[in-house]
Amino acid sequence: MAHPHVEPPEEKEPLGFLFWICVGWIGLNLVGAIFANVLPLQNPLYQNYTSINVGPSLHHLLGTDDIGRDIFSRVVYGSRISITAGIGAMIIGFGVGAPLGMLTAYRRGRFDTMVTTVMYALLAFPGIVATIAVLSFWVPRDLFKIIVVIGVASIPIIYRIIRAATLSVASRDFVVAAKVQGASDRRILFKELLPNVAPILISFLLIGVATVVTIEGALAFLGLSVNPPTPSWGNMINEARTVMAQNPWLVIFPSVALCLFLLSLNYIGDRLRTHFDVAEVKL
Amino acid sequence: MLRYVSRRLIQLLGIVFVISVGSFYLIHLLPGNPAAVILGNAYNATTKAALYKQLGLNRPVIEQYFIWMGHVLHGNLGTSFISRVSVVSTIRAALPIDVELIILSQTLALLMAIPLAMVSARKPDGPVDRLLSAGSFTLLSVPPFIVIVLLVLLVSIKFGLANTGPSAYVPLATNWLANLESLSLAAITIAISSFTLYFRVLRSDLIATMQEEFITMARSKGLSRRRIMWRHAFRPSSVTLLGSASVNIGGLLAALFVVQYLLAVPGLGYELIAAINTSDYLLVQGIVFVVSVAVVIINFIFDFIINIVDPRISRE
Repeated sequence: MAHPHVEPPEEKEPLGFLFWICVGWIGLNLVGAIFANVLPLQNPLYQNYTSINVGPSLHHLLGTDDIGRDIFSRVVYGSRISITAGIGAMIIGFGVGAPLGMLTAYRRGRFDTMVTTVMYALLAFPGIVATIAVLSFWVPRDLFKIIVVIGVASIPIIYRIIRAATLSVASRDFVVAAKVQGASDRRILFKELLPNVAPILISFLLIGVATVVTIEGALAFLGLSVNPPTPSWGNMINEARTVMAQNPWLVIFPSVALCLFLLSLNYIGDRLRTHFDVAEVKL
Repeated sequence: MLRYVSRRLIQLLGIVFVISVGSFYLIHLLPGNPAAVILGNAYNATTKAALYKQLGLNRPVIEQYFIWMGHVLHGNLGTSFISRVSVVSTIRAALPIDVELIILSQTLALLMAIPLAMVSARKPDGPVDRLLSAGSFTLLSVPPFIVIVLLVLLVSIKFGLANTGPSAYVPLATNWLANLESLSLAAITIAISSFTLYFRVLRSDLIATMQEEFITMARSKGLSRRRIMWRHAFRPSSVTLLGSASVNIGGLLAALFVVQYLLAVPGLGYELIAAINTSDYLLVQGIVFVVSVAVVIINFIFDFIINIVDPRISRE
């Protein structure tokens, strides 16, 4: 009796040591953001006029800013705003864009044409212009509004990416085979398409969070992020510009925190992509 | 080719129409109460009605739109309530600066990305490639506003180079050298983020193209690696590059705004932010419209260029 030929599993490129360091760093940031209240941190809003512009020391791990607030605790509390914005906006964007993208790519037909035309028309408006315009007239500003605006603005782009990914998966043989076997639409969507779109989805999700964090920073520079004295990485760097000559630490520490966070996210997203051997999706 | 161009042109007109409707209706699309923000303290039912009348919003919607479109096609985007200057003249003064910034930064980015990508693609995963890829990846994670802050810190404050700090902008007509100096930091910042994109895209495309059979054929004919790279591999690979350039320039607006605002360079981005800060609705509307249309036109031009570079596209 001939044994059926079993192919050895494909060698997946190992994730690597640096990958797990980045995962650890992101985890650390998340822990800091979630548990900031409980951690032994200084009060980020308390202005101690006796220690202004002090450099890093035992008492103030990263020094103090120009009105005596502890930089370290402000950086940790600031991560809350940036991370919440990143995750929240992506939940909205992927929550709406991904299912729509998968559905239209699978079903095709008039529904697909209609939704795609609408999405591409929306894409014609430079997203960032719309975001700035909306946020400037929708006052009073708070984190929730920022998350909603960025999230909604990201829907067309996410829709386009997920739809392109699903299109390339849906034309493959195993999907056709499932259809021929009489599998229901729902089964195909969940059992065949979703597991194959998932790697691309996760990879872009991470990159998306990184992008939103960057956008929040840029918005802070335009005065369109959360209002002071609430710290966020973006508005800390922005406020520090005026005192750059006297206290360069004020610019450097939130910048480094932001860049390391972004670097880790981008690296994780990139490694996951090469690990699952996904080609860059042609947009 | 002609059919392709005319098809795209019709698409372009369709999108411009959508943009015009969106820009026109902007005040209704904005959540919250934009009228209150625009009128500030003077807000009450009467002034709101007056504002709407002034914006032409008190008539039936379709009629309003055509009146507005008529104005626009005659080059009249309204006169700002705040500055009493016509919107078109503000935009006309600011636009060339944006164009100059885009030209400067993209030239810089491409001048660096193309040769470096070629060097990288020659030996994928070799030491040079790894170094360049890691470097470009790191640069990717540093947002433009941080780059500009650090550059200003280094160049203007620590090294004290003239004409490079905020508010140092000198128009081209006055003194071209000072003009270049004043735009240099902005151009470098934008060039860096564009460079990371172009480098990655071109590198991966070159690597893929180098594995195709016609390259092996060229090698077997005895052509040098360099000639193959420039003459044969570059052209097909540049399609994705042009595609991402097109997308990038559209997305450059975000970086342009921030950079211009931080360096007080009076381009469109700066004017937009200033308009927003003063709740100057007409200027915001005008800039949103002009910028959106410009992006669409740029995409169209790039699609046209891509088609010339790789005619296979229009045949699909």
